[in-house]
Amino acid sequence: MTSVAPVAAAKPGGPTPKKGGAAGRPSAAAWLVAVPFLAFAGTFLVYPTVLVLFGAFQDSNGAFTLDNLKTLFTGVVFDAFVRSIELSALTAVIGAIFGALLTWAIAVGNPDGMLRRTVVAGSGVLAQFGGVPLAFAFLATVGFEGLVTKFLRDNVGIDLFAGSAWLFELPGLTLVYTFFQIPLMVIVFLPALDGLRPQWREANASLGGTSWTYWRHVGGPILTPPFLGALLLLFANAFSAYATAAALVSQGSPIVPLQIRGFLTGEVVLGQENLGKALGLGMVVVVSIAMGVNVLLQKRVAKWVR
Amino acid sequence: MGSLVKQRVLRTIILLVLGVYFILPLIAMAEFSTRGKNDTRSLESWTSIVDDDGLMEALVNSLLLSVTSAVLMLVLLVPTMAWIRLRLPQLQRLVEFLCLLPLAIPAIVLVVGMAPLYAWVNYFFGDSPLTLTFAYTILVLPFAYRAVDAGLAAIDLKTLAEAARSLGASWFTVLWKVVVPNIRVALIGASLLSVALVLGEFTIASLLNFDTLQVQVNLLGKRNAGVSIAVSLLCLIFAFVLLFALSYVGQRRRQTVVEE
Repeated sequence: MTSVAPVAAAKPGGPTPKKGGAAGRPSAAAWLVAVPFLAFAGTFLVYPTVLVLFGAFQDSNGAFTLDNLKTLFTGVVFDAFVRSIELSALTAVIGAIFGALLTWAIAVGNPDGMLRRTVVAGSGVLAQFGGVPLAFAFLATVGFEGLVTKFLRDNVGIDLFAGSAWLFELPGLTLVYTFFQIPLMVIVFLPALDGLRPQWREANASLGGTSWTYWRHVGGPILTPPFLGALLLLFANAFSAYATAAALVSQGSPIVPLQIRGFLTGEVVLGQENLGKALGLGMVVVVSIAMGVNVLLQKRVAKWVR
Repeated sequence: MGSLVKQRVLRTIILLVLGVYFILPLIAMAEFSTRGKNDTRSLESWTSIVDDDGLMEALVNSLLLSVTSAVLMLVLLVPTMAWIRLRLPQLQRLVEFLCLLPLAIPAIVLVVGMAPLYAWVNYFFGDSPLTLTFAYTILVLPFAYRAVDAGLAAIDLKTLAEAARSLGASWFTVLWKVVVPNIRVALIGASLLSVALVLGEFTIASLLNFDTLQVQVNLLGKRNAGVSIAVSLLCLIFAFVLLFALSYVGQRRRQTVVEE
């Protein structure tokens, strides 16, 4: 299938090689090839990012100010950050634990089997493309008229919503978020579990070790760094998530992404035009800390392994 | 052997419990979307998917976007990444950084910066939903980068390119007839991932006020939950089929590598 083109096929560019031969320092023309990509990324990625990060330090007239950032540490905005971090941390821990168990359950099975394929593909769907459909999955399940709600109400006599409209508040978000956190754990953690060699288990057994000694002295220590790394990734993922929460919660803004929605769609209080950008900066800082700790952790591990 | 039995029991329990946990919402969606009046079953929600003009229009927008975004991603990424491996290794770190940057900037933050930018985009290109192609190409960069990078790493690009060049091929021919066919599996993978991502995207479309599939599904849910749930179930199933197919694409590559 590798068709190395004969000279005759080189119609568009002409058969003679252009500037910039085969080796040596790249010529000016060589740099031109990278221009479209760099220009595109500069316009649609770097520019919006810079706009947010710098805008956070500007007042409505464009002058430098720290007021926006100070507001981050007061009132509803601060509460939203605390709630967002709590929600992300809690769902990261739940997702990591149950996700790790599920990963183990499919890793010990047939690597080309149907079960593993199904779980991995399903995990990919929920982890990366869940979004709005996930919110509706929950309305159908435990919404006011959901399957489980009706079943419990009609047959068991339990009213799920006796206390409050919890599905549309923090407890509901926690429940819904586990539906993309557990699958994300499977995707992130599976390579680590696949890396455990069967010989290690055999060596442990031939030296008289039990399952417990294997996990305590071999599997556990090896899997701890990737587990912690995955935990941080799950945290960042939940912290950044917007679609599911937006589709589920239409009133109020308990978490930071929904607060930002308020700034983009609602009326902006005079003098606080750039507060939304400060919130964005706050989110980037939190996500970057989680990612940064992860990078440091993996570097440390790379050193130990060496 | 006692531990092996214990392992099997534990495995079965985990799979059963989590299996029910994840399948229950799907069953609930199927049940909810087939509810008729007075406790009867009806396919009304499903048939009205096709009748809803707004929904169909949004679906067409999303399908078009998934194609344009995948194409723009390939056109921008493949030549640049191949060229960097061949002639511009200096740019390797910068391009990798740019491609992975969207992972550190949540979409909800990116859209804050994109809102003013899109005022200009709409001024120059009109306010067609297809202008979302630009934003979506950014969103798919991290996934596409990894796929294309893995594809390029698996072939001996330098030797192939030199062979073609010494036979008189232009750089364009090298790209089109040597690089692309050799990494086609990676390109298919990157494209399928970006299609799935675009079809599921909600954050940017909804906050920039464009009418895409997920935006319509969300809007529709406010007045007719049944239809929204039916479409949601369809979306999940469609994405699953895409990714399931993707797992075979990856496997075929592994086999061909072994054969070689």
